[in-house]
Amino acid sequence: MRSDLYFLAAIPPETPRPEGELPPWGEVRIVGKRLPRVDAFERVSGKAVYPRDFSLPNMLQAAILRSPHAHARVKSIDLEPAKRMPGVVAVLGPSSPGADMEWFARPKAKGGLLLDPHCRAEGDEVAAVAAETLPQALDALKAIQVEWEVLPFVIDPARALDEKAPKVWDEGNRVADPVIYERGDLAKGFAEADVVLEESYRTPCEIHVPMEVHGSVVAWDGPRLTVWDTTQGVYAVQGTVAQRLGLPLANVRVIGHYMGGGFGSKLEAGKYTVIAALLAKVAGRPVKLFLSREETFRVGGNRPANAIRVKAGVKKDGTITAIDWKSSGTPGAYPNNTNTAFQAADLWTCANVRTEEAGVYTNAGRARAFRAPGFPQANWALEQMMDALARAIGMDQVAFRLKNVPTVSQRRGNQPYTSTGLAGCLGEGAKAFGWGTKPKAPADPAIRKGIGMAGGIWGYGGGPPSTVIVKLFSDGSVNLNMGAADIGTGTKTVMAMVVSEELGVPVESIRIEHADTGTTQYATPSGGSKTVPSDSPAVRAAAADCKRQILKMAAAELKLPAAELKLLGKEVVSAADPSKKVAISAIPAFQRQQLVVGIGFREPNPDGKVINPFAAHFAEVEVNTRTGEVTVTRFLAAQDSGRVLNRMTFDNQVFGGVVFGIGFARTEERILDRQTGKMLNANWHDYKVPTALDVPADQATLVVDARDTANSTNTKGVGEPATIPTGSAIANAVFDAVGVRVTEGPITPQRLLELLARQKARG
Amino acid sequence: MTEKDGKEGCGDGCPHGVSRRGFMTRVGAGTIGLGVAAAAGTAEATVHEIPPGEPHRVTLTVNGTTHRLLVEPRETLLYVLRERLGMTATKPGCERGECGACTVLIDGAARYACLTLAVEAEGHEVTTLEGLTKGEEPGAVQRAFMDEDALQCGYCTPGQIVAAEGLLRARPDPTLEEIRTGMSGNLCRCGAYVHIFRAVKKASVLRKDAGR
Ligand code: FES
Ligand code: FES
Repeated sequence: MRSDLYFLAAIPPETPRPEGELPPWGEVRIVGKRLPRVDAFERVSGKAVYPRDFSLPNMLQAAILRSPHAHARVKSIDLEPAKRMPGVVAVLGPSSPGADMEWFARPKAKGGLLLDPHCRAEGDEVAAVAAETLPQALDALKAIQVEWEVLPFVIDPARALDEKAPKVWDEGNRVADPVIYERGDLAKGFAEADVVLEESYRTPCEIHVPMEVHGSVVAWDGPRLTVWDTTQGVYAVQGTVAQRLGLPLANVRVIGHYMGGGFGSKLEAGKYTVIAALLAKVAGRPVKLFLSREETFRVGGNRPANAIRVKAGVKKDGTITAIDWKSSGTPGAYPNNTNTAFQAADLWTCANVRTEEAGVYTNAGRARAFRAPGFPQANWALEQMMDALARAIGMDQVAFRLKNVPTVSQRRGNQPYTSTGLAGCLGEGAKAFGWGTKPKAPADPAIRKGIGMAGGIWGYGGGPPSTVIVKLFSDGSVNLNMGAADIGTGTKTVMAMVVSEELGVPVESIRIEHADTGTTQYATPSGGSKTVPSDSPAVRAAAADCKRQILKMAAAELKLPAAELKLLGKEVVSAADPSKKVAISAIPAFQRQQLVVGIGFREPNPDGKVINPFAAHFAEVEVNTRTGEVTVTRFLAAQDSGRVLNRMTFDNQVFGGVVFGIGFARTEERILDRQTGKMLNANWHDYKVPTALDVPADQATLVVDARDTANSTNTKGVGEPATIPTGSAIANAVFDAVGVRVTEGPITPQRLLELLARQKARG
Repeated sequence: MTEKDGKEGCGDGCPHGVSRRGFMTRVGAGTIGLGVAAAAGTAEATVHEIPPGEPHRVTLTVNGTTHRLLVEPRETLLYVLRERLGMTATKPGCERGECGACTVLIDGAARYACLTLAVEAEGHEVTTLEGLTKGEEPGAVQRAFMDEDALQCGYCTPGQIVAAEGLLRARPDPTLEEIRTGMSGNLCRCGAYVHIFRAVKKASVLRKDAGR
């Protein structure tokens, strides 16, 4: 499983061992509290400078010319008219130096260049301009003369494997050979079943569109490059930019700091950064290059659409006897993960399972990791199927699932989970939601109410590597230095709370340096819901390292063994005799060195076990059978994320995950024109993300802490598990309300009305 | 000003945030205004268009400070605030009136700065997020957003806060439904809505306590 995970592809899980294991916290003072963010003021006052806000003296503004066609070749391109436009300083085309670097590596052949004369999706990059102002750069783009050879295209993944389908790549449209997993005996499993159901599901292609568009500001200083990037991982961007430009890692400094959302679309370096660097090199001046909103819709990444066929068998007593899963997805024209099978093989107990999954290229914008890649799609199919199975045998949905909660990971050789709160999420969640009490029917008979639920698992729970530095000043205040980005999840805040817990320093006296490859330590990108479980133990270890050093100095001063001493904020006190104490500012050894530097590493995860967060979501919906509109009226998310470090930012994450799930279930869908292959709804008017009117004010979270001990902060992560079962819970609630199974998402009014009409026609 | 709730009820002076219809009317008026200005300033009485590159003199009042600037007629208020005045609290999100990240107050009402040309803002009081802070002290709405954790990445937050300020000036004690409707012109992709609802409610209390 590990090697399947997108953010671990090239990362060996190794890190130096910490100096002794830290025991779990006993009673906690600050961790777990509802604390406002440590950087809330910067964010509400507008003082926080996002990369989109950043500018340098003498900076140029750049823009990219893109293919207007789904599949086309540049026959000729004339950059000269653009060079003569007012304000233009640098222009790049496909034959400019560096433009032919390979950008998207494919397993089978070379291709997918930085500025590629062969465009395989609408929006592919062909040229770029840097000018004094952005309007000038945009005007100059229009002056570039391109003669296109428009090629036949394929956008429907179901047709991409036809013999006669246009080829996205010369070697064919298959991304790789299908991945097959089997356990038990499928035929035997189906033979044992009392009920066998089979269904095909489809999930929409969803676009990330974070509020801050993708982009960078870059500046050369001779052979050294500095990049201000809106990113989830400064070190990931540094690696790619250095490799593509042939620079030593140390000569590429990437600064992240504030960033306006990513949801997976900013885990990797974008072409825009390297294009900006090439322009800046030609111009000899800093360059700012940000995408427009429309560009983020076309090239900023997406959650791939999946088609999933599921056949499953169940006994009358609720035993799941067999699951046969076949999934395909399209990453667009360039490689990306489109897998879904993990959850089908791991979430519920089932002895006989077969999964098969494959990806096919199409002439469309490339997918990227999107908040729990593959998991909401898989859950959409799996949990609607479970709902149908429970109904078929007349068993309550929660009871059915509770019967099938595994204690070991069947997909990973029956290794035990370090902890599982799945049963707790189901049981306690059902109780808190009031599951089993049918909602009161509205007075208007055209409005139907229903409730639905779904369970879920997320594939990962954090791990090494992570290095963190904590600096303790002589007055007891602290600098926390970590490479992790705070992508809106409250990372800075919870990490400050960990330091505060360990050292007794108030969070107000902690200043954080983060997300900067020049000045902060190594961290993997903030994605995979793993920032807290990966980096908070390293933060704790760094603080503990400071503490050890201070206690050693105090022990010499007090002439007591260090083991007897406790650090309480600005004082070191003897546990045995509280009258024996010394202010840290009065410890001569500390006075001499002025600063204590603590280094913390992420400890390895326990061997032979797997770490996963779990969730169960409960939805109440109202369906208007006249208009086909679905309103989510009430929602409860029960989450097992291990220890919650800050209940307020945790709640916010969960609500945010639920909002994403509401968009996935109800409205969000990329629409490509069948005649041209172009995206028809590349804006927020036509591509509808949830607004304040689309989410229920009545949302609640329930923390199920299964007391995980896999790492020293007992944490497992929340951002992604909070969006995995959401859409399925809503779809199941819609079925409960109107008896219609919406297998193809999103549940738009049009789709639902069609299904209701068919239901009526059947009688 | 209408007392009705819901988007349809919002006319030109919409207190609930930004209405697209209101914007169209304003641009219409702005365009006419431009034509007149051009006519007065040049011999060509029939010219209604200024070439894109041609600078135009405007006086803008932003957070009580007067700025005299030369702008191109196509430059939006959002562009001029950020690129010419260096005031980056107001964020670009879509630059086509769909997200609210760029929300400012114009004469106390919430408006999308990306759909307002700088030349149209002349003669009006523009208030941006920067104008809601006193020194390093957050204003009531900002304080409420901090306390209720009404943000995640924080990029939509300036627009949310200014929209909430506009809403509360028009409707000091809004109901939950009025808050949801009033804030519906501002997208939050991170999905912090539940906390935003709570923050706007709390802000209404804080504003009252502060005697505003
Ligand atoms: S930037 Fe103005 S509404 Fe989106
Ligand atoms: S806080 Fe990120 S978009 Fe609202």
